[in-house]
Amino acid sequence: MKTGITLATGLAFAATLGTAALSDGHADKAALAAVKARQATMQLYAFNLGILGGMAKGAIEYNADAASAAATNLASLSSMNQMAMWPPGTDNGALGDATAALPAIWNDGGKVMEAGMSLATASAAMAEAAGGGLDGLRGAIGAVGKSCGGCHDTYRKPK
Amino acid sequence: MRNLLKILIVIAILAAVAGWFLTAPRPVSDDLFDGLTGDANRGALVFAAGGCRGCHVAPGDKSEGPALLSGGYRIVSPFGTFISPNISPSDAGIGGWSVADLGNALMAGVSPRGQHYYPALPYTAYQRMAPQDVTDLGAYLDTLPPSDVASQPHELGFPFNIRRGLGLWKQLNMNPDWVLAQAGTPELERGRYLVEAVAHCGECHTPRDALGGLDAGQWMMGAPNPSGKGTIPAIHPSKLDWSAGDIAYYLESGFTPDFDAAGGQMTDVVQGMAQLPAEDRAAIAAYLKALP
Repeated sequence: MKTGITLATGLAFAATLGTAALSDGHADKAALAAVKARQATMQLYAFNLGILGGMAKGAIEYNADAASAAATNLASLSSMNQMAMWPPGTDNGALGDATAALPAIWNDGGKVMEAGMSLATASAAMAEAAGGGLDGLRGAIGAVGKSCGGCHDTYRKPK
Repeated sequence: MRNLLKILIVIAILAAVAGWFLTAPRPVSDDLFDGLTGDANRGALVFAAGGCRGCHVAPGDKSEGPALLSGGYRIVSPFGTFISPNISPSDAGIGGWSVADLGNALMAGVSPRGQHYYPALPYTAYQRMAPQDVTDLGAYLDTLPPSDVASQPHELGFPFNIRRGLGLWKQLNMNPDWVLAQAGTPELERGRYLVEAVAHCGECHTPRDALGGLDAGQWMMGAPNPSGKGTIPAIHPSKLDWSAGDIAYYLESGFTPDFDAAGGQMTDVVQGMAQLPAEDRAAIAAYLKALP
């Protein structure tokens, strides 16, 4: 009986190990896909911000429709549920140069969610303001920039 | 033989006297601040340009109101770890300091008790500050909330824990001359003043020599982060191809020309720079573009 238990435990243990070993290779792929997805999201932020910021600094002529479209995109992107793009174990410590995401994202008690919310709030305000004239756009972009910096400051590995 | 001994003793005494003299703290001249009155509103801008908040608020304090300057920021260096002190207006900070006390600290790196400060306080830059700006800054610091948090001692090993030795370091590194010798327009002069004196950009963006002094020959050419993590980018025009408008907008918004957003210590710098008049950010940009 005792042997039976030991054997069963041993088998279970081996099975767990096996699963872990199998899922490791799979996890790598899944982890890198998540990293890619969130980096693509950052690029989409930057692309739409480029339109808004270009107008704010006078490099592009202000156009209400284009501004409004970019700002609406930004607001949509920042209100997207990104949970699946940030699985635990996809930090810079685990994945090295593939990501600049610091472990603090996962272990500072959810403060990172507040930082994410501040981008959503600032982008929503931008979506309201951007079509109404250059002054409104200029007034709204400061808070957007601050929310980006607020996250990068704490959660992104310095270059 | 006895004569030789006498000569050696005399030489030793002379060397000791010279060493003592060379390492002596040298305060600024007493009358530098005579007749000046501080304006706290103007001082708030000096405070913002100097990025004082970045090192002197408690680590992790991201609040935006009047700064609580309780200190505690750790600067990791090859010489040990410097911990920023409390500079709030309280007994634990700099409450009761005269303008001359503040001027000595910033422009000469000398404490009210006549001791050397470590150059983690960037007095090699602040030595070029205008006495009026120091006076205004003092008036502003007095308006900030007091903190009773005690300053922590630096964590330095021998021989760097001997403050007197900093006298020699200052002999090597306290150079009051401008790095950009020729600033041909009022805008360049303003930019030079902001970059080289108040905002102390070179402290991070210029590499250091073995003794921790800035290598003026590599001015703004970028440097390894002294904390050992990552690199601080070059902002010299030979390495940074941003336009003057790009630089000014970055300092205002934190956005790079690619609309990436500033991270790390630059978020604190941008928070201060954003409060300055647009002409000041343009002047900084003009200065950086003009570096030879």
